[in-house]
Amino acid sequence: MSKLVYLVPLFPLLGFLINGLGRKSLSKTMVGIVGSGAILASFIVSLCIFFDVKEHGATVVNLFSFIRTESFSIPFAFQVDQLSSVFLLIITGIGFLIHLYSSAYMHEEPNEHFGRFFAYLNLFVFSMLLLVLGANYVIMFIGWEGVGLCSYLLIGFWFKNDNYNYAAKKAFVMNRIGDLGFLLAVFWLLFKLGTVTYGDVFANVAQLSTFDITAITMLLFVGAMGKSAQLPLYTWLPDAMAGPTPVSALIHAATMVTAGIYMIARSNILYTLAPATQTVIAVVGLATAIFAATIALKQNDIKKVLAYSTVSQLGYMFLGLGVGAYTGAVFHVMTHAFFKALLFLGAGSVIHAMHHEQDIRKMGGLKKYMPVTHITFLLACLAIAGIPPFSGFFSKDEILMAAYGKNPLYYYIGLGGALMTAFYMFRLYTMTFLGNFRGTHEQQHHLHESPSAMTIPLIVLAILSVAGGWIGIPDVMIEHGHQLEHFLAPVFAESAKLAEHHHLEASTEYMFMGVSTVAIIIVIILAVNAYRKYQDNGAENTGLGKVLENKWYIDELYDAVIVNPLNALAGFLKNVVEKSGIDGVVNGVGRLVGYGSRQLRLLQSGQVGNYILVMVLAMVVFVLIWFNDQTIMDFLSKIF
Amino acid sequence: MIPVLLISVPLVGGLANFFLKEGSLAKTWALLASVITLAVAVAGVCCYPAQQSFDASWIQPLGARFSLSLDGMSKMLTLLTAVSFPLIFGATFKNNYQKPASFYGLMLLAQAGLMGVFLATDALLFYFFWELALIPVYFLCSIWGGERRIQVTFKFFVYTFVGSLLMLIGILVIYFQTPDHSFALQSFYSVKLQGASQQFVFWLFFLAFAIKMPVFPFHTWQPDAYEQSPTATTMVLSGIMVKMGIFAVIRWLLPVFPDAAAHYSKLIIILSVTGMLYASLIAIRQDDIKRMIAYSSIAHIGLMCAAIFAMNKPGLEGVMIQMFNHGINVIGLWIVADAIEKQLGTRRFSELGGLAQKAPALAILFVVMAFANIALPLTNAFVGEFLMFNGLFRYNIWIAAVAGISIILAAVYTLNSVQKIFYGNTVTATANAQEANKNVQWVLVIITLLIIALGVYPQPLIDLTKDTVNAVMAGR
Repeated sequence: MSKLVYLVPLFPLLGFLINGLGRKSLSKTMVGIVGSGAILASFIVSLCIFFDVKEHGATVVNLFSFIRTESFSIPFAFQVDQLSSVFLLIITGIGFLIHLYSSAYMHEEPNEHFGRFFAYLNLFVFSMLLLVLGANYVIMFIGWEGVGLCSYLLIGFWFKNDNYNYAAKKAFVMNRIGDLGFLLAVFWLLFKLGTVTYGDVFANVAQLSTFDITAITMLLFVGAMGKSAQLPLYTWLPDAMAGPTPVSALIHAATMVTAGIYMIARSNILYTLAPATQTVIAVVGLATAIFAATIALKQNDIKKVLAYSTVSQLGYMFLGLGVGAYTGAVFHVMTHAFFKALLFLGAGSVIHAMHHEQDIRKMGGLKKYMPVTHITFLLACLAIAGIPPFSGFFSKDEILMAAYGKNPLYYYIGLGGALMTAFYMFRLYTMTFLGNFRGTHEQQHHLHESPSAMTIPLIVLAILSVAGGWIGIPDVMIEHGHQLEHFLAPVFAESAKLAEHHHLEASTEYMFMGVSTVAIIIVIILAVNAYRKYQDNGAENTGLGKVLENKWYIDELYDAVIVNPLNALAGFLKNVVEKSGIDGVVNGVGRLVGYGSRQLRLLQSGQVGNYILVMVLAMVVFVLIWFNDQTIMDFLSKIF
Repeated sequence: MIPVLLISVPLVGGLANFFLKEGSLAKTWALLASVITLAVAVAGVCCYPAQQSFDASWIQPLGARFSLSLDGMSKMLTLLTAVSFPLIFGATFKNNYQKPASFYGLMLLAQAGLMGVFLATDALLFYFFWELALIPVYFLCSIWGGERRIQVTFKFFVYTFVGSLLMLIGILVIYFQTPDHSFALQSFYSVKLQGASQQFVFWLFFLAFAIKMPVFPFHTWQPDAYEQSPTATTMVLSGIMVKMGIFAVIRWLLPVFPDAAAHYSKLIIILSVTGMLYASLIAIRQDDIKRMIAYSSIAHIGLMCAAIFAMNKPGLEGVMIQMFNHGINVIGLWIVADAIEKQLGTRRFSELGGLAQKAPALAILFVVMAFANIALPLTNAFVGEFLMFNGLFRYNIWIAAVAGISIILAAVYTLNSVQKIFYGNTVTATANAQEANKNVQWVLVIITLLIIALGVYPQPLIDLTKDTVNAVMAGR
């Protein structure tokens, strides 16, 4: 079965080609069937592979030799193991639901653009599958930049709007900064080990010095910071909300942005051997989690709140990786994919009903107009807030417990972020669905529940958001309840041997769960009460509120410190150094020669040939003096 | 036989062109000749795995011989030359040049010269072809070029000619050192100049090649020349002629002056990397698509030059395949630039916008070229850049990291150009724009297929030049 793994990326690739080339001739129904069907086919194959891996363990499938030189060889090969099979299911499963949803959400687009959208979406899934399936860092990098390309194309999908185009470009360029780190790490590995194939690298880590491992892991992490929107490379993700909402759900919440977590989980043995890097990851992750959560508290755009929430949740995943809770991080990737995709699709349903209004100050009371959207959104909010027994509770709890084992301070700060999460999510929920409707009459008149192609994915995702955490129930509750940990164990086996185990007493663990749950419930009640009767009175935020609403002015800071100086430097180089400096010298030399020859009137002036002859003679004389070589003299005396 | 045919088909075709009646026959004839040349080159690559050579007496008294050889690197570059011309002729087929017979005749003569440069294994013959390639281009620019053509061509000519003459002096110096007073490549390889004299003659050669590539700070002739030349000629200049400099460094410079090359490698690499960042930054601020491509090209060439002087196998392998891939890709960019200028009458980003709504096919094709220009994986440029950066990394980690900044800047200026030309709302110039003509579209489709095919499966190109890489590295 594993031999057929190439089918998984092949179907979306075919879907991309068919929809891309046939976007003018195919009907929307056909495009939808091809686009969604391709992903469904991949999902079915992924399921078979999952069970195959469960039964028979991991394999590597070689397709062909991609780059083979005398110094190294990079095969185009796929890694079929526990980690990749879990990601395959997430990508194709959620991918299919979002494709289905899109066929209704994007229906207003003209035929050609509808086809283009599905082509891009299929190409994205193809790239994401390459990223996850690659058996070496170069194939991963192919997918890595491929998803960046698709992200660029989809953020700027409505290319008439220049703001969207800027957002698309910003996303690609920021990702490229991270990609440079990734590439340098790849070169480092090739230089020291002569291979980038996972199996060979992990088997030969002993040959690397601590410095090498630290440098390689840090550089890879720089790549992860870009792709997974961590401080300081996160500012592209909120802007990426310019793309159509299904894109935000699939790319900028459920799959692409988790690539950094996948990469580090994949390289877990390297990271376990680089404690310094682990500390950096934990601190950066935690800082991002808190920082983004503060911004989310004051955003009024429904998608922006979710975007900052995504940045924040990704921060938790990195915290998990940093403290060695690899399973916990992957677990949170999975549950987050469920509830965040659901939140975005729910937001899309709301935006659809509100005729492209995204400002939650102009919403309210949507509960009675959109019952399915409302219920599923509420379940997702409970899941992300971490209320037991919803899925987010288990994954977040696992990360925070591991963080406590490493350093209790991590836990307390992380819990603070979790409380903020609960607050901003229920602020969002309350302002959108509770209270009175604050939009125009026109909008109110058209409010409606979305069609079933949109609500079915919501329902499926809601079920997963509720129950998805039950495959990872901690041991204190049920002995061997963590099926995911058991399944993934082979991937993290080497790291587990090296890691130090902090075991908490069962009673302590229960106490932490209890206290945090009660605190979160209190915060939720506060948030609902504070915003239930929200009226938009036009009052502006002041003080810290204003700073948060303006996202700590980080974009302005980057402009002032990096973008503008670079632009000015480029202008200086173009207008001064190039024009007056280098070219000025060149022209000056030219004029000098011309002037000299006119003055000397050795030859008729004005002819190119004469200038050159003068130069040649001068040079020949120069060379002769330099070498003072008898043979040359003899030769010349023969000629003249 | 193949080496002789590679030169004589375009040479005879070009000379015959001058005798044709003016009219569309001239371009048809030129296209036909270039297709025949392509067939010969493909046969040379596919049917003759071993090295092909040809040798005849030429200028007896001096000991110069008409000797040609087709090794891996020559195969790669003659193939590039042979592939490029039909693409160029095809894409510009609807352009009507004044005096087409002379125009196409000169183009083919330039092709013959280029072929000779890549094939010659006799230094004097090499010099002869070097000039043969240059002179037709000089006429093409000065007769068919833009408004500032005279002044620009003059600078271009003087600059490159000074370089050529420096090289000629260098050739003569080596010639007198050869035991058998011969210009043969092997004799040149056997000469080992000592200390200071090797370093001095090294610079005579290197300046010639550095101007040709061009390497910072000898590049200022280039953006002007690219901008003012007729686009078909610009494609030859930037797609193939810049490769003369790189080729010559590998074939004539490194093996003859190994000590000097090693001695100056750091200086040259630092110059090249400086040039990469310098040109990339300037490209960001260009408002003219042609000048943007010109500076982008300088940045890419800088990487190739740096990778050569890193003097290790991955770097050199990368340079080899990048010579081919860069040629194909940059021609694709020029074709789009020309299509835009011909139809809309402007090349300025500030006067363009929204073209994707009017010409979606051209937009898609340009986006492919753009992402090849920033070396996205699975495009052909990625493999070359990956190997070259790899080579640079082995030379020095910090230099590789600094040079790596150019891949970020490349994304900035390339995506800028995509956005400013194709996205946003239409403006006056693009309000009534249409798709480019079918010829342009088909040529761009072919280039797109090449970009992807060579990006997914680059192994044949890597294998093609293996013999040259090994020979060069063994000679050190």
